[in-house]
Amino acid sequence: MNALAQHLPALQVVVPMLVAPLVVLLRPRGLAWAACTAASLLAFAIAVQLVQVVLDGDTANYLMGSWPAPYGIELEIDPLSALLLLIVTGASVLALVGGRENLDRQIEVGRQPYFYAAWLLALAGLSGIVVAADAFNVFVFMEISSLASYVLIAGGPDRRALPSVFKYLIMGTIGATFYLIGVGLIYMMTGTLNLADMELRIHEVADQRPILAAAGFITVGLALKAAIFPLHVWLPNAYTYAPHMVTAFLAACSTKVSLYVLLRFDFFVFQGNLAGHAFQFAVYLMPLAILGILVGSAVAMFERNLKRLLAFSSVAQIGYIMLGASLVTVAGLTAGIVHIFNHALAKGALFLAVAAFATVAAGLRLDDLRGIARRMPWTFAAFVVAGLSLIGIPGTAGFVSKWYLISAAMEFGTLGLPLVAIILVSSLMAVVYVWRIVEAACFASPTAEPTSGAGVSPALVAVLWLAATANIVFGLAPGLPLALSAEAATELLDHLP
Amino acid sequence: MSPQDAILLAVLLPLAGAAAIALAGRVGANLREAATLVTAGGLAATVWSLLPAVMAGERPAVAVTELLPGVAIAFRVEPLGMLFAALASGLWIVNSLYSIGYMRGNNEQNQTRFYVMFAVSLAATMGVAFAGNLITLFLFYEMLTLSTYPLVAHKGDANTVRSARVYLGVLLTTSIGLFLPAVIWTYAVAGSGDFVPGGLLAGKVEGPAIGLLLGLFVFGIGKAAVMPVHRWLPAAMVAPTPVSALLHAVAVVKAGVFTITKVIVYIFGVDFLFAAPSSDWLLYAAAFTIIAASAVALRQQNLKRLLAYSTIAQLSYVVMAAAILKPLAEIGAAIHMVAHAFGKITLFFAAGAIYVAAKKTEIGQLRGIGRRMPITMTAFTIGALSMIGVPPTGGFVSKWYILAGAFQDDNYVALATIILSTVLNAAYFLPIVYMAWFMREEQAPAKAHGEAPWPAVLALAITAFLTIAFFFFNGATLDLERQVVENLS
Repeated sequence: MNALAQHLPALQVVVPMLVAPLVVLLRPRGLAWAACTAASLLAFAIAVQLVQVVLDGDTANYLMGSWPAPYGIELEIDPLSALLLLIVTGASVLALVGGRENLDRQIEVGRQPYFYAAWLLALAGLSGIVVAADAFNVFVFMEISSLASYVLIAGGPDRRALPSVFKYLIMGTIGATFYLIGVGLIYMMTGTLNLADMELRIHEVADQRPILAAAGFITVGLALKAAIFPLHVWLPNAYTYAPHMVTAFLAACSTKVSLYVLLRFDFFVFQGNLAGHAFQFAVYLMPLAILGILVGSAVAMFERNLKRLLAFSSVAQIGYIMLGASLVTVAGLTAGIVHIFNHALAKGALFLAVAAFATVAAGLRLDDLRGIARRMPWTFAAFVVAGLSLIGIPGTAGFVSKWYLISAAMEFGTLGLPLVAIILVSSLMAVVYVWRIVEAACFASPTAEPTSGAGVSPALVAVLWLAATANIVFGLAPGLPLALSAEAATELLDHLP
Repeated sequence: MSPQDAILLAVLLPLAGAAAIALAGRVGANLREAATLVTAGGLAATVWSLLPAVMAGERPAVAVTELLPGVAIAFRVEPLGMLFAALASGLWIVNSLYSIGYMRGNNEQNQTRFYVMFAVSLAATMGVAFAGNLITLFLFYEMLTLSTYPLVAHKGDANTVRSARVYLGVLLTTSIGLFLPAVIWTYAVAGSGDFVPGGLLAGKVEGPAIGLLLGLFVFGIGKAAVMPVHRWLPAAMVAPTPVSALLHAVAVVKAGVFTITKVIVYIFGVDFLFAAPSSDWLLYAAAFTIIAASAVALRQQNLKRLLAYSTIAQLSYVVMAAAILKPLAEIGAAIHMVAHAFGKITLFFAAGAIYVAAKKTEIGQLRGIGRRMPITMTAFTIGALSMIGVPPTGGFVSKWYILAGAFQDDNYVALATIILSTVLNAAYFLPIVYMAWFMREEQAPAKAHGEAPWPAVLALAITAFLTIAFFFFNGATLDLERQVVENLS
């Protein structure tokens, strides 16, 4: 067992990646789903184990083929990556376990094995980005996960997914290319791809200009991938037209993984080595974060399609994470990172509820959802709990991140007050857009009879309630994500001079 | 049962009751209402069991969980909270009795949801009353807002939903936009939000910041309905009358003024605030609300809306009394919560009884109704006299103490406000009493009616009796609340 334990960082990626080609061969109905779910569960178990390792105070470093670090491929699990692994694998498990019937309905039977193979590749890619310790492997896994996500998003019955996925593909490729150009520039100047090695070597470089250019390329490229305002345009349609369970999976984790790379790259490599970079980082990202928060929330307030409404809310929530990071303090980073976790909880639960609504309602416009609370009281109650978490009502996970974010802003004294005001105003905007849904579902009488007589599968309701309960549990006892976030924040800031 | 257990039970029992009511609702109405009454009785017994210890000067406390480092969910029972919890839990029994008569008499829809959410609201109220620090209070304060929303929107038609939106909008906007930053500010400067005698902000905040922080608290606690954040209260009158009676005359609104009083006494500290000139505005804001709300009440045609504006004015009595910042006035603030609760719940019960029996909602329709509903209108008269502050009613006692507190500081603004508002109160309540008893009906009602169903009549008779009894038997309450101010100059 112990021998296996030290290979966990590698297995995190290898398990889903090796199961993926096998899944293609599993033609009998349901078998592909079962294999995919089993692999996801295994990945989740590995992630939990890794979190345990990190909580014990170790960082799990792994050398592929035992080649020593800057030359071989290194994998590294620190508190930040452990938290992200938990989110990625957890989202995959919840979406698969709850989504069997839903996916069965939305994906043609003949294509299901390919779909689940793509799912596993996306999972492997996202986990790979998180565990990789060198810039190039991050790029490779980023491409794997992106290509797989394009397939997943386009895999549903909705033809409108195709143009939106094309847009996502173009934007995503530009983002990845920018990232690769940046990495190339750094490689040219330092001769290394390992992040830790880069950090040491960059200040040996005499001419810093290419590094500065690299910082620009990498930041913009990753901002595109992470859907940071105003580079978010691919996100709403991709989320809206994707199969519901894909939305639940990707909305919970995919942009967050890019944010993770952005944070790591910036704090590990650039902040310590480029003069005045912390300031540039803050000045570049803070206005974008604020605009993202306000514009995302404002659009969500007027959006009529439920999935797109939640997608725009995601744009705003990504803004919260960036706002925390752009403060460049321990409190701010902790707030941002813990919001990565808390937002994944809330948004994951919301999209699971959306998937449940979709099985009963005629469509997902707010008008289609009239009076749905009566038909689906349990689903709706879970939706409200997750919605409250999104708003940041005390007792839910969302409140914890908001508390930290506001406290972090207040550390700046009077300068922080406008930030506090913005956070509060956007919370109120969240009240508006969440309550529009609640009101439509609760009080308006149904316009049309339900199209399908099918009920929601008990598995989906159970998973949904698991996610909703997690929002409350981590709102009342946020010890685990907070400990990981605080440690991650301290570690990121340790790389500052 | 240890006091610690009793505290936790007081919060959990109504929640368990809510589940029981939901299950019983599937079996039948009688079982469901029995479950409500049993829960209410059990809650009152639990809360009142804490009373002897608190009277003896103990402060039972229990910490539940640490939310964030230094920020815990914890309960601590002190005299103000004890009084509030005892009041709300005791009146819930009477109100449940009344609800049964009202909801059945009116054939209301969704009665199970009504009783379930009522129990949840009471759980939130107990949490507010026993909260040991600001964050716990804030948590239950929000829970109270959210759990009363379905009660306000009970009817579910377009007009009701619109009013309920105002209700939720105002309360959530103020609490998230102002109250929450005030809470975080307090934690940031004081390092804690615990309610401690003498306050914890002395020396931590200075100058105009004191007034600003106080403003964030006072207007953030929208449930206290200090103008201009009072609009939600008239909007809430679309709810069934039992909701207006217990929640929007006792639990919710008292949670507001209770929180403000608690913040003044245990967070700022009375002496600290008295020495801070930037906090003077609160007295004037409260005085303005009293006069303005009374003036608006004068012009109301709808009985429940009149009562709502009267409530706004009476709530600001409590805020103003607390803002006088003198020991006797703080006592006055505490007992005015009780006196007003008895009087106003009686008035709402009467208004609801009139609606059930006669389907009348407007003041102009009440001519001669005293002859058809003598018990109801007697109770109404007693309630009205208590609002005006005429002996022998509870309203007189609290007004006495507030006036005495104002004299301690020679506070003529407060004195003048109380006198003027007494006149205004008389001007809008006495005509109704006169019309009901001494004028003749313009035309006989289509269907002859008598009193409302007996549970409703019994309930309003009990509260009317309590209104008078509080004039004669208030010693224990005074002893309890004197503990709040025993260390003050």
